[in-house]
Amino acid sequence: MAGLVQDWKAHKRPFAAIAGAPLFWLLLFFLVPMAIVWLYSFGENAGPADIAISGTLDNYKRATEWLYLSIFLKSLAVAALVTLICLIIGFPVAMAITFATPKWRPWLLLGIMLPFWTNLLVRTYALMVLMGTNGYANMGLGALWDGTSWLRVAVGMQPLEAWTPVQLLYNNFAVVLGLVYVHLPFMVLPLYAALDRLDKSLIEASLDLGAGHLRTLMKIVVPLAGPGILAGVMITLIPALGAYLTPDLMGGTESQMIANVIERQFKRANDWPFGAALSFLLIYAMFILIALQSMRRDKGREAH
Amino acid sequence: MTDAQPIIQIRNVSKRFGKVTAVDNVTLDIMAGEFFVLLGPSGCGKTTLLRMIAGFELPTEGQILIDGQDVSNVPPNKRPVNMVFQSYAVFPHMSVADNVAYGLKIRGVGRGEREERVREALDLVKLGGFEGRMPDQMSGGQRQRVALARSLVMRPKVLLLDEPLSALDAKLRAQMQFELSDLQDQVGITFVTVTHDQDEALSMASRIAVINKGEVAQLAGPSDLYEYPANRFVADFVGSVNIFEGKLTLDEPDRAAVDCPGISKVYLNHGVTGPHGADVWIALRPEKIYLHVPGEGKAVRAAAQDAPDGHNFARGVIKGMSYLGDITLYEIKLDSGEMIRVSRPNLSRHDQEDFTWDDRVSMHWRADSPVVLLG
Repeated sequence: MAGLVQDWKAHKRPFAAIAGAPLFWLLLFFLVPMAIVWLYSFGENAGPADIAISGTLDNYKRATEWLYLSIFLKSLAVAALVTLICLIIGFPVAMAITFATPKWRPWLLLGIMLPFWTNLLVRTYALMVLMGTNGYANMGLGALWDGTSWLRVAVGMQPLEAWTPVQLLYNNFAVVLGLVYVHLPFMVLPLYAALDRLDKSLIEASLDLGAGHLRTLMKIVVPLAGPGILAGVMITLIPALGAYLTPDLMGGTESQMIANVIERQFKRANDWPFGAALSFLLIYAMFILIALQSMRRDKGREAH
Repeated sequence: MTDAQPIIQIRNVSKRFGKVTAVDNVTLDIMAGEFFVLLGPSGCGKTTLLRMIAGFELPTEGQILIDGQDVSNVPPNKRPVNMVFQSYAVFPHMSVADNVAYGLKIRGVGRGEREERVREALDLVKLGGFEGRMPDQMSGGQRQRVALARSLVMRPKVLLLDEPLSALDAKLRAQMQFELSDLQDQVGITFVTVTHDQDEALSMASRIAVINKGEVAQLAGPSDLYEYPANRFVADFVGSVNIFEGKLTLDEPDRAAVDCPGISKVYLNHGVTGPHGADVWIALRPEKIYLHVPGEGKAVRAAAQDAPDGHNFARGVIKGMSYLGDITLYEIKLDSGEMIRVSRPNLSRHDQEDFTWDDRVSMHWRADSPVVLLG
């Protein structure tokens, strides 16, 4: 069977039989709808439920107005921040899994992957319950505050004023936190894959030659895990850029991301052509990111 | 070994991983300037011992002293030893020169001196001119030389080598054996090598510690190890050997006899100092047994005249034969039913035709050839 697929040039018919169905599926349910949306982006509203595809570029002109461009840039900034935080948290986590004993490793990996088995909506609501004004996060902070106040009294100082719950939800902070929570596994898994492949004796050789742990990390581990880091960054950045649910549920009015704006065009504003244009601008931006990554990869390959 | 100062002292060192004891109460001294080999089968604890000297593992018990200083709790980057890893561990993202300069940079050696020392080290391992190469443009043997240069440039007190030749092909391995010995003579640094390959150990070492199940089975020079193994494990592990069980029947200062029902009465021209009637083992190397056509044996033996009649003599039938070019190896079924291996040098081009399958043959050996093993 493997031989059949490998020599697909010599066995065109069986190959077509195997590849045909999924190809047809992709064509019908992915490319065709995408093409329709793409066509809509060059159209205008002709009635409440009627779109005339006139070939106009007005939608794109409007989409590149500062109002929308700023939301675009903000989404990119939020996604970049989320990616950075994921990298900073994810790298030590991936290192810890790599260097854990073989007995522990599958359990730690399971811990990383477990959230994938829970619906995103459920996870997001759970996080919201945690972060609400009456949630556990505020309760914990309140207990710390009261404890500090009690300690101050105990040593003869003035007590602190009464605890007022912090607004943790419905702001940019909540969006970034929620996105980090959701995307962390996307970062950890490619990093783990890269670090696991790393020959451990390279680390030992660096230590043996007199390097400390920090220098070994910066000069040996990070450069050699480079492709894994890049993969983790892309795989986190792209979905974070198009995040819809988290900013919708956890964000406030000022923390809208581009996906929320797009959603509004298709629903409340009922302006499908404009929504389509915004969607395709987002898709183009992602294409550029992916192209940049693969260019870097090719360059890396040429260097060898 | 002009300098008899111990550079590494291993004192009652044990290493346990959970319930497994990898190294069991080992005490040995490694002298400055020697080429020391830790030899043993895989899983015997030799690599763990080496890694404890390097500092990658800490002893569960005992002390390790390097140059008189207790390093038991000194991390690897602070120890005056360097290691050549089995996988070479050449940094793949750095050029050869950067690999070799890595440790010097950390030590803060200035640029001018650094470049000078890198060039010297590369010349030493015959890689002059390879400075700009990337490791993936090099063969395994060349990468190993980079790893060697990278360690030697640090001028360590001791160079540790973990199975340095295991990944090389047979020809290259033989060449590297000589080169490593030469290199060690040139730089005068103490080399400690781990290997499971007895040829490698015998050809390179000034002294060998044979390790079995975490303990030192014997510590000796190469020829002593081969000719005077201390126990059955060493006799069997180092080289090929025939071992027969027997009883000590005669033990005097200048002669001894062992009755081995499996082969014959064995006569030795030296004493054994074992208890009379004790169970002992006789080890007899295949190349120390002479093979001849029955009947001729007596005449050959008369010429040697070193054993009384009826000793050091056996008969059997050839059951197996492998021609190895320089020697031919025979598997012979003795009249007692036991098998014995005999090797015979092919001194002329047609020697291998002298004997063939199912030939009846006689064997004898000199009175100083058998080794009596008490354990």
